[in-house]
Amino acid sequence: MAYSDKIVDHFQHPRNVGSMDANLNNVGTGIVGAPECGDVMKLQIKVDDEDRIVDAKFKTFGCGSAIASSSLATEWVKGRTLDEALELKNTDIVTELALPPVKIHCSVLAEDAVRAAIADVKKKKEQAAPAVAS
Amino acid sequence: MRSVYLDNNATTPVDPRVLEAMLPYFRENFGNAASRNHRFGWIAEEAVDKAREQVARVINANSKEIIWTSGSTEGNNTAILGVARMYADKGKHIITCKIEHKAVIDPCKFLESEGYEVTWLDPDDKGRVTVDQVREAMRDDTILVSLMFANNEIGTIHPIAEIGALCKERDVIFHTDATQAFGKVPIDVEAMGIDLLSMSAHKIYGPKGVGALYVRRKKPRVRLQPIIHGGGHERGMRSGTLNVPGIVGCGAAAETAMKEMPTENVRIGGLRDRLWAGLSEHLTDIHRNGDPQHCLPNTLNVSFLYVEGESLMMGFGDIAVSSGSACTSASLEPSYVLKGLGMGDDIAHSSIRFSLGRFTTKEDIDYTIEQAVKTVNHLREMSPLYEMAQQGIDLSKVEWQRH
Ligand SMILES: Cc1ncc(COP(=O)(O)O)c(C=O)c1O
Repeated sequence: MAYSDKIVDHFQHPRNVGSMDANLNNVGTGIVGAPECGDVMKLQIKVDDEDRIVDAKFKTFGCGSAIASSSLATEWVKGRTLDEALELKNTDIVTELALPPVKIHCSVLAEDAVRAAIADVKKKKEQAAPAVAS
Repeated sequence: MRSVYLDNNATTPVDPRVLEAMLPYFRENFGNAASRNHRFGWIAEEAVDKAREQVARVINANSKEIIWTSGSTEGNNTAILGVARMYADKGKHIITCKIEHKAVIDPCKFLESEGYEVTWLDPDDKGRVTVDQVREAMRDDTILVSLMFANNEIGTIHPIAEIGALCKERDVIFHTDATQAFGKVPIDVEAMGIDLLSMSAHKIYGPKGVGALYVRRKKPRVRLQPIIHGGGHERGMRSGTLNVPGIVGCGAAAETAMKEMPTENVRIGGLRDRLWAGLSEHLTDIHRNGDPQHCLPNTLNVSFLYVEGESLMMGFGDIAVSSGSACTSASLEPSYVLKGLGMGDDIAHSSIRFSLGRFTTKEDIDYTIEQAVKTVNHLREMSPLYEMAQQGIDLSKVEWQRH
């Protein structure tokens, strides 16, 4: 099975590799997968006060398709609001990267990582919000 | 981009000398070796008999003890099913090992479904079983021990002669799948007490789809119930018109392998050691799998921690190797051989098999070291596991989100 040109491009020149300080209140971190399953994705997003994603980073342990899926996901979420980013579908990744059926789980994992990062930052924001006086 | 083939345990290219020997048997010498009453048949039969000699000599057998097959899958099936059915009156117990090739595991499993009992030995963490393990597994109704000579993924060689001696002592038939060992390490069916041995031409620079099964004729005379019935070729053990050009190629490949074994083993073993030395010099957190003391000279299996095997292969570009990770299968199951050594799934996913061969050069190895180091560093740069390990996090204690 040959890899699509887009997978190869993301593999050789991954976008947004790196890490952000997970302790920051405006940084959301999603870590999904497990080493024994052969893939782990860490995807992080940084949001501004309007809940718009101003930066995204990833690190992935996994096959080329998993790396490409997470790299693409970071590109796509940048500039979106959290709610817009939730609309990201794994099937869009499948189409864009021309993933074969056996690699669809890689795109699912990337979607899960985005959702986990969004959930994380939302939770932080809620906790940081001043308690409503009763 | 340079192209390097380091997957010789999967298959090998046909040696030009082998091809040369085969060619006349496609055209002018096209006869059927079973045609007893004309020249075309005699020429073919003569060629087949010469090839039998050539194969027999590699393992110190008599040419009458060589049965032609389509390769080791058939050889293993013929041996295992053939013994099981022929000796069912004597017993229905078989001993084998968990890290055999599927071409041994699956016929044994099939026999289990037919009411046979199979003991699946656990190898040690280097892939070896001991003669004591085999002895302890033996019962009064044991009819067959089937253990591979050398493992295809890690290259580990079992203590074959000791196990053979035990089988002789207990009057149990001993089959060995020698697909990876034949022509690569010295084999002597007499000295090692081997009763049945499978080999395959395409692992030793011969053509695909042809191989041989050695079937002992004396002390004891091993009998097999055939799995392929027909015209009674090959002493009735394997019917079907012989693949004469393939058989000629198998014989030529065997002879060449035997002749070159002493010098090739030194050369290839040296290149393998150079590869391991180069990788260990430039990379941290790598493990060599298998048993360096008892190993095929051409095989090196390495775990590159914190990076996944398939992505490694992708980074290697046009260097052909094979991976212990099977992320392409829907199951996501890594190699059962590596798992059989007690290795965690995570490390199995990070493993690469390099198998060198006759056409591997020093330049190939140096290029491979360079590419492997570059790729591992590139992938570790983006590996969350490497980052966590650098931070001192114990990865086995992390609660992962399994999917
Ligand atoms: C140890 C072992 N046994 C059996 C086989 C199967 O051999 P063949 O391809 O000749 O059927 C192989 C090759 O893949 C092997 O490595």
